[in-house]
Amino acid sequence: MKQKLVVIGAGMASGRVLEHLLEVNKGAYDITLFNAEPRGNYNRIMLSPVLSGEKTYEDIVTHDADWYEENGVTCRFGEHVVEIDRERKVVVGQNGEVAYDKLLMATGSAPFIIPVPGKDLPGVIAYRDLDDTNTMIEATQKPGAKAVVIGGGLLGLEAAAGLKARGMDVTVLHLMGHLMERQLDEAAGYLLRRALEDKGIEVKCQASTAAILGEDKVEAVLLQDKTTIPADLVVMAVGIRPETRLANDASIEVERGITVDDAMRTSDPDVLAVGECVEHKGQLFGLVAPLYDQAKVVAATLLGDAATFAPKEVSTKLKVTGCDLFSAGDFAEGEGREDIVFRDPSRGVYKRLVIENNVIVGAVMYGDTADGNWFFGLIKDKTDISDMRDTLIFGPAFQGGEPLDPLQAVAALPDDAEICGCNGVCKSQIVEAVQGGATDLGAVRAQTKASASCGTCTGLVEQLMAVTLGDDFQMPTAQPVCGCTDLTHEDVRRLIKSQELKSQAAVWQELGWTTPNGCHVCRPAINYYLLADWPVEYKDDPQSRFVNERRHANIQKDGTYSVVPRMWGGMTTPDELRAIADAAEKYNVPTVHVTGGQRIDLLGVKGEDLPAIWKDLNDAGMVSGHAYAKGLRTVKTCVGKEHCRFGTQDSTGLGIKLEKKLWGSWSPHKVKLAVSGCPRNCAEATCKDIGVVCVDSGFQVGVAGAAGMDVKETERLMDCETEEETIEVATAFMQLYRENAKYLDRPYKWVAKVGLDWVKEQIVEDIENRKALVARFELSQSIYQKDPWAELAAPDEAPKFAPMANLTLEAAE
Amino acid sequence: MSWIDIGAIDDIPLRGARVVKTKLGCVAVFRTSETEVFATSDRCPHKNGPLSEGIVHGQKVTCPLHNWVFDLNTGEAQGADEGKIDTFPAKVEAGRILLDGTLLMNRAA
Ligand code: SRM
Ligand SMILES: Cc1cc2nc3c(=O)[nH]c(=O)nc-3n(C[C@H](O)[C@H](O)[C@H](O)COP(=O)(O)OP(=O)(O)OC[C@H]3O[C@@H](n4cnc5c(N)ncnc54)[C@H](O)[C@@H]3O)c2cc1C
Ligand code: SF4
Ligand code: FES
Repeated sequence: MKQKLVVIGAGMASGRVLEHLLEVNKGAYDITLFNAEPRGNYNRIMLSPVLSGEKTYEDIVTHDADWYEENGVTCRFGEHVVEIDRERKVVVGQNGEVAYDKLLMATGSAPFIIPVPGKDLPGVIAYRDLDDTNTMIEATQKPGAKAVVIGGGLLGLEAAAGLKARGMDVTVLHLMGHLMERQLDEAAGYLLRRALEDKGIEVKCQASTAAILGEDKVEAVLLQDKTTIPADLVVMAVGIRPETRLANDASIEVERGITVDDAMRTSDPDVLAVGECVEHKGQLFGLVAPLYDQAKVVAATLLGDAATFAPKEVSTKLKVTGCDLFSAGDFAEGEGREDIVFRDPSRGVYKRLVIENNVIVGAVMYGDTADGNWFFGLIKDKTDISDMRDTLIFGPAFQGGEPLDPLQAVAALPDDAEICGCNGVCKSQIVEAVQGGATDLGAVRAQTKASASCGTCTGLVEQLMAVTLGDDFQMPTAQPVCGCTDLTHEDVRRLIKSQELKSQAAVWQELGWTTPNGCHVCRPAINYYLLADWPVEYKDDPQSRFVNERRHANIQKDGTYSVVPRMWGGMTTPDELRAIADAAEKYNVPTVHVTGGQRIDLLGVKGEDLPAIWKDLNDAGMVSGHAYAKGLRTVKTCVGKEHCRFGTQDSTGLGIKLEKKLWGSWSPHKVKLAVSGCPRNCAEATCKDIGVVCVDSGFQVGVAGAAGMDVKETERLMDCETEEETIEVATAFMQLYRENAKYLDRPYKWVAKVGLDWVKEQIVEDIENRKALVARFELSQSIYQKDPWAELAAPDEAPKFAPMANLTLEAAE
Repeated sequence: MSWIDIGAIDDIPLRGARVVKTKLGCVAVFRTSETEVFATSDRCPHKNGPLSEGIVHGQKVTCPLHNWVFDLNTGEAQGADEGKIDTFPAKVEAGRILLDGTLLMNRAA
């Protein structure tokens, strides 16, 4: 007699099992197929094209009614299995029982719903089956409807793109820092985000959902940071869980999924399982490729043949038109692993290979995925790549040939090859200019405009000059920022502005960084440039700052810190001094020093104590003195005309006003000011970055002094008549410096490069520009002028200064 | 190995670090990407700089005191500098950071 096979779930995995089984032996089993969905098997992964309108449901059906009939499969679609009785070997469906000899569980997985208030409101759905897809399509019919997709992984993004394609307003909320973080690294995540934003999809990363709001249907999503986003539809695509309820109830062994052995048998040898509901050697599955391998093994086991399932590497692509990405293998870096990174900013291409013991173990690509499958093959076959390492990243087309010499490549370019994209300058124009006597870059720029805009072609232009002039041309040796890039600081600053690069990932990608995320040399500089140029859009990254600026205290050689409260203009009061004395005693501060900057330094404070000592000083009305900052330090003053018999103006008062205006601002290097009440100059104003010397007729503003490793007198920028004008000029100078100087150039070094005349043109002669500089400074201050002590001593921040765990206690047990 | 849960991955900022106190001294736990952590000794072999306060880049950290750079996989100092920090097994599972307790505790005893 024929054996009875019952299959629970008509999905992609069981569909394959049936095909293999029937192909080998049509007569082996009487088959009954249950499916909770009121339909047979269709290609679930193609729901996304159905959603976007590129395909219809009919296009994606894999097994239609005729197929089931021809193959004698008894279909019970639209019927849930509610119980498995293993004693009696029957499966209980909603409409009655069926007996089995062999049972196959193929129940797939259930979408994970985040347990927030409002999750059950109508209009909140998951993205799993045709019904969800139809609900989404229906929601798009309403004009002006808004959708929020929670989850920036594969499913969420396909849902978002589909809804957008049908005209909905779509916002994607993603908990992590970049999209698809399981498949993509940050650079690829950044490119993907940019492509989605270009489609008009709004993307919010690090967005944590607090609740879903609405009376009797969904109306909005509330985030943890209190933002609300209106929504007529909320799609939750935050992950899946193996559907194991039936197996659990039947006491079949379940870990995270139904556990199976290599032959796909569960703990009960007559019950097999396949697909997303299973767990094999601790591993779960969420993509179809391994399920198809499982299906082959299941068919063999059912037919009494030996077969073994061994999971292989998987690769991922995103089915969103215009977003070409590919990810395979394990690209999390690991012991002994190395990266090969390739970026082509002009084409928006990013490729990264992760190599271990001369074998590629992971690949991520964006923008140009043509070689994806070739790399995937190398990963799967564990091919030794040592011989092709240098050219590997360029793909199969480049293998076997000689590595290209860049100069030869430039020489080989056709005459009409475009070199400068911004200004449409081709090779022959540049060659002509060079032959006509333009022998340095400036001259070529002046004559042809090549490399005069964004500057990314500067290298190419120089190479062309080298080819044309031969030995007469000296390639300039501009200092690159660091080993991560060939660009100079000046190039990077210019490009951040001209290309409107507003995130670190954007800089790394668009400017072709050769490392995944920079190094300790470039990151602080890039972080500064971004926050100076885009104070509103860019968010400061403490992890890209040197410890002093991250901890808001100077680290000492023994790992303790120093604490310096601000004393505005060098003024203090008995109360402040008392509070400082109390703090010094309470926190056992070993050294109290009166600094060269007219204030008091408490040296030797333990890292854990910082928030507490700050709190005490805050309570006494004091804020951080930024004695650690590439930013405004002190404003020294003398006692001025209030007390001094020679004083001409209120130098102390002006100093305090300047400090109150400028404090908290970040700059390329530290900035120190002083205001002296007369030319006797007791506050040493003539060797400061900005120094004001008061005279009877007003205020002499000098800039670009130095008294550190170099000693240099200030140069007179302008004579001002009023305090207001003085403050305006000083502020404008600060902003001009902030916007233009190279990171770690003090003002005197920067002014030496650009010339005091240029500075005067910007600030003294062009009053409009002066005011615009002040306005931009004030915009930045609206965000950055805040006391870091108060922020970091707050109850939810302070604990971060302590160890995250203490294992010394447990060890004693 | 016995894995000890020392906290959530989000307790450490991306490209940041925190320390865990053990009997062998402070262990620095670095978060190099959304889902990747490393654990090493917190003391720089040069002059005891606290490595957990350094700038984390790729899978390396730069000591905050004099800029020695260490590979977090091998613990080796990079470039011309010579020295090595201890490395300890660490992993992330379901958003939690796990350190190898056997190593940390045994050495303590
Ligand atoms: C505390 C203080 C010495 C003191 O006890 O008086 C001091 C202490 C340090 N100075 Fe200074 N400087 C201090 C006034 C000065 C002055 C005098 C002044 O401000 O009038 C100068 C000369 C003026 C100038 O800025 O050029 C000065 C020129 C420097 C330099 C050389 C800068 C240059 O461009 O040449 C450095 C090194 C650097 O910044 O790269 C430096 C660096 C340092 C560092 C941050 C060294 C370091 O990286 O650890 C010291 C931190 C000690 C700490 O933990 O607090 N310090 N330093 C003074 C704090 C002033 C304040 O209240 O904020
Ligand atoms: C929109 C979308 C896009 C995707 N894109 C891709 C992609 O590009 N590439 C890729 O590799 N993978 C993709 N996937 C994942 C892929 O579809 C799944 O890995 C695959 O469908 C899992 O197959 P399965 O047979 O295990 O489960 P399913 O295909 O989910 O089938 C399980 C079936 O069991 C039924 N069932 C569950 N419980 C019971 C019960 N008690 N009684 C009766 N029936 C029950 C369910 O109704 C369901 O029909 C995508 C998934 C979705 C939703
Ligand atoms: S002069 Fe040198 S030793 Fe003295 S505080 Fe300044 S940096 Fe330190
Ligand atoms: S202590 Fe680490 S580099 Fe000096």
